[in-house]
Amino acid sequence: MRHGKLTPAALRRYGFIVSFLIAPLALYIVFFVSPNLQAIQLAFTNSRGISPTFEYVGFENFIRLFDDEVFWAAVRHHGVILLAMPLLSLLIALFFSFLLNLGGGQRNGRLIGVWGSGFYKVVFFFPQVLAVAIVGVLFQAILRPDKDGILNSALGLVGIDPVGWLINPDLALWTIIGVAVWQAVGFYVVLFSAGMASVPKEIFEAAALDGAGRFTLFFRVTIPLIWNTVQVGWVYLGIAAFDCFALVQVLSVDRGGPDNATTVLPLEIWRQAFTYYKFGYSSAMGVALVFLVLTFAALTLRVTRRERIEY
Amino acid sequence: MTNTPREITRRQMLRRVGLTALVAGPAAGFLSSCATSGGSEAAPTAAASTAAATSASNPFGVKADAPLEVVIFKGGYSDEYATQSHEPLYKKAFPGATIKHQGIQTIGQTLTPRFASGDVPDVVNNSGTDALDGGALIGAGQLLDLTPLFEAPSVDDPSKKVKDIIVPGTIESGLGGDPAKPYTLNYVYTAYGLWYDSALFEKEGWTPPKTFDEFKTFAEAAKAKDIVPFAYAGKNASYYAYWMILISAAKIGGNEILINIDNLADNAWNNDAIKQSAAAWAEIGKFMDKSYEGLIHTEVQTQQNQGKIALYPSGSWLEAEQAKDTPAEFKYAVAPTPSVTAADKMPYEAVRAAAAEGFVVPAKGKNAQGGLEYLRQMLSKQGAKDFTERTKSLTVVIGATEGLTLSPGLQSVADMQTAAGQNVVTFSTFEGWYKELETELRKQTNALMFGRISAEEFATKMQEAADKTKNDSSITKQTRNV
Repeated sequence: MRHGKLTPAALRRYGFIVSFLIAPLALYIVFFVSPNLQAIQLAFTNSRGISPTFEYVGFENFIRLFDDEVFWAAVRHHGVILLAMPLLSLLIALFFSFLLNLGGGQRNGRLIGVWGSGFYKVVFFFPQVLAVAIVGVLFQAILRPDKDGILNSALGLVGIDPVGWLINPDLALWTIIGVAVWQAVGFYVVLFSAGMASVPKEIFEAAALDGAGRFTLFFRVTIPLIWNTVQVGWVYLGIAAFDCFALVQVLSVDRGGPDNATTVLPLEIWRQAFTYYKFGYSSAMGVALVFLVLTFAALTLRVTRRERIEY
Repeated sequence: MTNTPREITRRQMLRRVGLTALVAGPAAGFLSSCATSGGSEAAPTAAASTAAATSASNPFGVKADAPLEVVIFKGGYSDEYATQSHEPLYKKAFPGATIKHQGIQTIGQTLTPRFASGDVPDVVNNSGTDALDGGALIGAGQLLDLTPLFEAPSVDDPSKKVKDIIVPGTIESGLGGDPAKPYTLNYVYTAYGLWYDSALFEKEGWTPPKTFDEFKTFAEAAKAKDIVPFAYAGKNASYYAYWMILISAAKIGGNEILINIDNLADNAWNNDAIKQSAAAWAEIGKFMDKSYEGLIHTEVQTQQNQGKIALYPSGSWLEAEQAKDTPAEFKYAVAPTPSVTAADKMPYEAVRAAAAEGFVVPAKGKNAQGGLEYLRQMLSKQGAKDFTERTKSLTVVIGATEGLTLSPGLQSVADMQTAAGQNVVTFSTFEGWYKELETELRKQTNALMFGRISAEEFATKMQEAADKTKNDSSITKQTRNV
């Protein structure tokens, strides 16, 4: 790349590039960058969101966050979700994709997936195709707390009393994590399958020839080879862990209950804005969330950095 | 996901809030449609400047061909009463006018940006779980003072003013601001109580309990028949239960208990009346299965229709809301909440009744006079009768049910009303004024009714929340005397 004087040729070249970029860039600035900047601006105001007039209040909104027990409950829940949801999703997805691609033993000297793996791939991907709201409504019926719930009526057949999946404050958040994992796994099965497919089969076969069992094959060969993909999945899921708005909104008791047991930041942001009309404070929560997500992403990329294996 | 008919929940949110409404004003342009584009508020112009001459049949001087935009909350009442009756009535008066109608559920989310930019409709039925925050709206001078409407001649008899043909208390229910002005027309007459199937009660030989001792005896009897004596939906309708707690508290200690709560008076929640009421209802809560906390209102209401629940706390919209799911032999009836102590200040017959379902006219609409005229047409006998016919709900218009046969539930409401006489439990305005406090009350009501906290803890936690609201400088405080 040449830097320096703008020769006519350079102008032509940049002009060509710019002409392609200008439309998407304009859209990106108008619909993404500018609202985000405005939210940061709003975080320092007492805007109520229904009038163009407001005052700047400095850091008052952020100071208020420190005393807000609901805010901290939401942050704690993100902590739990952040530990559990990516870990469970990735483990299950890795296990499934290993079975689907390499776990079926050898045929004609080649490693293959378990029987019917093509079918399972489609089935696992299914939840990913459904909108989160639909997943929420589905699980409303599945997790209904009385004996008419799908899960509870199944448990009833084996003599177990109905479980209050979403109404027991100790269980509710885990139930929601479970639903999130159910929805996430399919996508990562496909992602990891693609990752495994891009690794030359000879490596696996060589390992198998050297006497590696499935266990060794999985932990000592497969995972290191697709580590990059796992890392990407981890970041995606981590960011997803800071959302969970739709699931909590649809599934939980009284939006975030019982007793704040399931509330998450996006829900509180929404509540502050559209129920309490405190757009300033709500934006401050949003800014806090942005910093949480950025910190997480930076930390993850740093901690999980490894030598990339070339093949 | 929209929680459908919660039409009454925000209903009095527009009460007693706000500033002087500015009349009319050109729609703010493109620039102010950004959330942070600064305070370029349009200069207020007098409504009269764009108006036509006034007359008895056109008291607000509506321009005959001015278009009118109406936004109706499409909840339990649907919006057919507007499209099939009120809007045609307006068009009959002004054949040259075109009406733009919008029937939606998310009033707040849809209209907030429009208020922010100044491009507002002319009539808004501000209702539902996502209604606009009236306090904030009036604070920003966005609503029109409805005094001219109530002083105008009525449609049916120009010798009578509008204020003389509606149920007393209606105007007061929509008061706001300092000095107080009516900003909201509450159109629907609503009564609250315990709803039951009179056919089932007759078959079992039950009568609705008049005291909490009777309530417990009744609960045992119902339980013996495998019927849940009392239940509500904790997932999205815990406020149905806190209404009952508040009504009982008012019966014990009088309306000032609730007025003190609305005024955020010191230790208002620590009053013995609140604790006694909460304790009494928590006892009834013990007869409820835990699973009700995870169900929504329609699921619980359907269970009642199936004869699985005896008493259900709700308001007079219930019968219409359940019309599709109610079996033919099911006959809705309503009873007041039982008395808690022998020394209650209000009798058993006392009932919480209020004008509800707010309609407002935005101050900066293009046809604000048309907005007032639309409300005047709604308050005609024909408009009110059509509303009752379509929604099975009474309006605040006096004598508008002539010639209509009332359904069993509506008849029961009317009977309960007659029995109550002057013993009316006041409506809690904090529900609309202080949503933070209201949200906390929903939370703690579930915790109380499903046995996680005691009545004492309930009062303590609510007092903490009330103090927090009181000390929050960003919340505009309001007070009421009656």
